[in-house]
Amino acid sequence: MKLGLVIDLDTCVGCHACAVACKEWNGASAISGPLSDYQPYGAEPSGVWFNRIRHYEVGDYPANKTLNVPMSCMHCEDADCVTVCPTGASYKRDDGIVLVDQDKCMGCNYCSWACPYGARELDESSGTMKKCTLCVDRIYDELLPPEDRQPACVLACPAHARMFGDLDDPGSAVSKVVREREGFGMLPELGYKPVNRYLPPRKPPEIPVDRSPAPRTSLAEKLKAWASLAVSR
Amino acid sequence: MKPVFSVILFTVSSGAGLGLLALLVLADLAVGEPGIITLLLGGALAMALVTIGLVSSTFHLANPKNAWRAVSQFKRSWLSREGVFALLLYPAALAYFAATWLDWSLAARTALGLATVLLAWATLFCTGMIYACLKTIPRWYSPLVPLNYVLLGHFSGALLFAALMVLEGGAGPALVGLALALLVLAGIGKLAYFLKFRAHPGRHTLAGAIGMTAARAKLLDAGHSHGTFLTNEFGFRVARDRAVALRWLFFVASFAIPVVVLLFSPVAAPLAALVCLGGLMIERWLFFAEAQHVVRLYHGQVRV
Repeated sequence: MKLGLVIDLDTCVGCHACAVACKEWNGASAISGPLSDYQPYGAEPSGVWFNRIRHYEVGDYPANKTLNVPMSCMHCEDADCVTVCPTGASYKRDDGIVLVDQDKCMGCNYCSWACPYGARELDESSGTMKKCTLCVDRIYDELLPPEDRQPACVLACPAHARMFGDLDDPGSAVSKVVREREGFGMLPELGYKPVNRYLPPRKPPEIPVDRSPAPRTSLAEKLKAWASLAVSR
Repeated sequence: MKPVFSVILFTVSSGAGLGLLALLVLADLAVGEPGIITLLLGGALAMALVTIGLVSSTFHLANPKNAWRAVSQFKRSWLSREGVFALLLYPAALAYFAATWLDWSLAARTALGLATVLLAWATLFCTGMIYACLKTIPRWYSPLVPLNYVLLGHFSGALLFAALMVLEGGAGPALVGLALALLVLAGIGKLAYFLKFRAHPGRHTLAGAIGMTAARAKLLDAGHSHGTFLTNEFGFRVARDRAVALRWLFFVASFAIPVVVLLFSPVAAPLAALVCLGGLMIERWLFFAEAQHVVRLYHGQVRV
């Protein structure tokens, strides 16, 4: 199993609702919450987030485009953050989810150095490393109705730009949409085999423009046309 | 990468301690020098430096009560391996010095001595590999990193050894020659490191990092109003002029001054050792300050 997220960069509007929903759910979760805030009402508010959305401009005018890119843990198949962890606090589950055992972490930051995606953040209050849990306490909760057994970010997205599923199963909805839309993983050259996939923006349909050459007109007709524009009444 | 004083002190101090320990034991086994008092004093100094380093390294932990777990992942983590080797070094080195003090059989002393030397080398190498195994930081992902850790540790250890020999009337020509040879090797290693990454444009690009390889890309908004863990940990910048000035300072303090002292006045070796260690603190600060993590791409840096 390779549980993960598929994020549609074509439809993401960059509203940060996924990040807020993530903070709300995981802040109250027993897996790694709370997610501390520093100076929440002070001069320089900051804090722990599992999911951050950054905004880029891609291409040059007039072919430029704003791209909103939400990033959280990619739940890499070959997760170096797990390999480097000296305490065994970081581990990868059989279903593919990468987690941090809060009772074992010593807060050395080494795993955050190994992660190219900035998916891990140290919580200064607990002194432990925290990261996306893929809402492991939602997706297996049989008390929830089946349609709610998804990560909080996926449920919150108003643009339906986020999908959750098993990317190991070629028949799953996420695998199908990745095939159809040529979804990609980030920084593949590092070799960590990220599981999360991003769907590139679609090419916008071209606006129809009449590009046929203008009909030839004689000099007399041109003069007449000019005169009728230049002379009023 | 943000330079953290506790980690800088750790790598410089335990590097010099491990180098000194390995050289002391090798000298004792090979030529029966130095005398027992100097040997034991040197061993105590080496183990004190290693201990200062190890204790210092726990100061950068946010949750040190779990530090004891750091020896549990020997199979996969270089950090864990370093911890295991460093902890095994204590009984081995203590047993070796006890064996020398109590004049045990040559076979026992040789076995314990070789174990001590191998453990010191393994610990030094692991310290380098902690950094060199990270593909996310191109400036560290290089075989020159562990090589330089081993060479600089042995060079600073040799200077400390020469400093100790002042007790016996100054370092002999063999030790001076060894220190100079290590100085040249360490200098070449460090020069190669600086040259390799001089004007290195970086092979990872912002556009590539967000999957838009065919177009130019730039950051419009990082999505946060103030600093985050990521900008704090990975956003450190050092001005190029300052970095160049610090490199010169490092080369003068760690190589030029020791050369003069070793060649002309080995009695001043304690001073040279101190100046060299100061230079190595600068070198280690630069090692962190100049290293750039690929997550900077997502925060707007065009190339890493």
